[in-house]
Amino acid sequence: MAQVVQTHSPKPHLPPDGRQGFVSDWASDQQVFKNVSWGKAMMWIFLLSDTFIFGCFLIAYMTARMSTVVPWPNPSEVFALTIAGHEVPLILIAIMTFVLISSSGTMAMAVNYGYRRERRMTAILMLLTAIFGATFVGMQAFEWTKLIHEGVRPWENPWGAAQFGSSFFMITGFHGTHVTIGVIFLLIIARKVWRGDFDTERRGFFTSRKGRYEIVEITGLYWHFVDLVWVFIFAFFYLW
Amino acid sequence: MAQATVETSGHGAAPAAVGTEHQQHPIRLYLVVWGLLFVLSVCSYMVDYLGVQGLWRWSLIIIFMLLKAGLIVAFFMHMAWERLALIYAILLPPVAVLVFVALMVPEAHYTLLTRLAFFGAAAGN
Repeated sequence: MAQVVQTHSPKPHLPPDGRQGFVSDWASDQQVFKNVSWGKAMMWIFLLSDTFIFGCFLIAYMTARMSTVVPWPNPSEVFALTIAGHEVPLILIAIMTFVLISSSGTMAMAVNYGYRRERRMTAILMLLTAIFGATFVGMQAFEWTKLIHEGVRPWENPWGAAQFGSSFFMITGFHGTHVTIGVIFLLIIARKVWRGDFDTERRGFFTSRKGRYEIVEITGLYWHFVDLVWVFIFAFFYLW
Repeated sequence: MAQATVETSGHGAAPAAVGTEHQQHPIRLYLVVWGLLFVLSVCSYMVDYLGVQGLWRWSLIIIFMLLKAGLIVAFFMHMAWERLALIYAILLPPVAVLVFVALMVPEAHYTLLTRLAFFGAAAGN
């Protein structure tokens, strides 16, 4: 055997795509996710676990709503606002939805500018995303205040099934917490981008590792997930 | 045995610069998706505003919800450009949530049945 057996190529290449690629990726000894860094893969896996958490909340809500003998309060009326003498159903929730979608749009663009290494534009778009997020949380605080003044508690409410309050506070509270954490996360990363950490390869305060612009995309994954969860909450809790 | 397992990078059409690929797409794509999400949100809000009821309401809510979720995951989260290994790893496990739903529906019916049977339709149940 006089021939060179080269098993590790200097430059990695991708195995086939499609179903064959799926099998060979998972069957390999070294790395399943070939062109995805560990940071991105771990964020996806975290989001998967978060999916189960919100999934369980929504299932608990479904079970409570299906099994109560008392009528469920009509969310269309509960979340209506009186604007200029007109009762507009669900308007606050609709505005919150648009705010969150807009924040997702600016976030997606921030990721794009990040990979182009335009740090100012990236930081500005991330800040804009954080502002939209903070607006969302503010509107949610307004909504909570309004409902609490109207007598909604986790154990009772004036309109019907008591489980309405517990489901509402649990689900929207947990989602609001996620948005708040996302805003903090965005502000931290936006500051690093603005300062040029990923251009000067400055080491992180906590990890002592050099960061890359990929962190913008990872932050973006979390942020889009928060928006994604809201899509389901909006459909099942507010519209159903 | 004159065979050689030569794994080189010049693999036909396979791009050489791999490792960690960057997601780079035109800004226009994001604006289009953003616009579509706005339209779909208006549609789902309209379902409530116009007071659509019954089967129509539920199917429209679910359709708009799934379309919005699909757009976010596929384009904003770039899942459309990922390899199948990641797509399956992330998108298949949530099927378990659907199984859980299927389990809890009869459970909820059973709870309702026992409540009606033992407590009647008295308030506070």
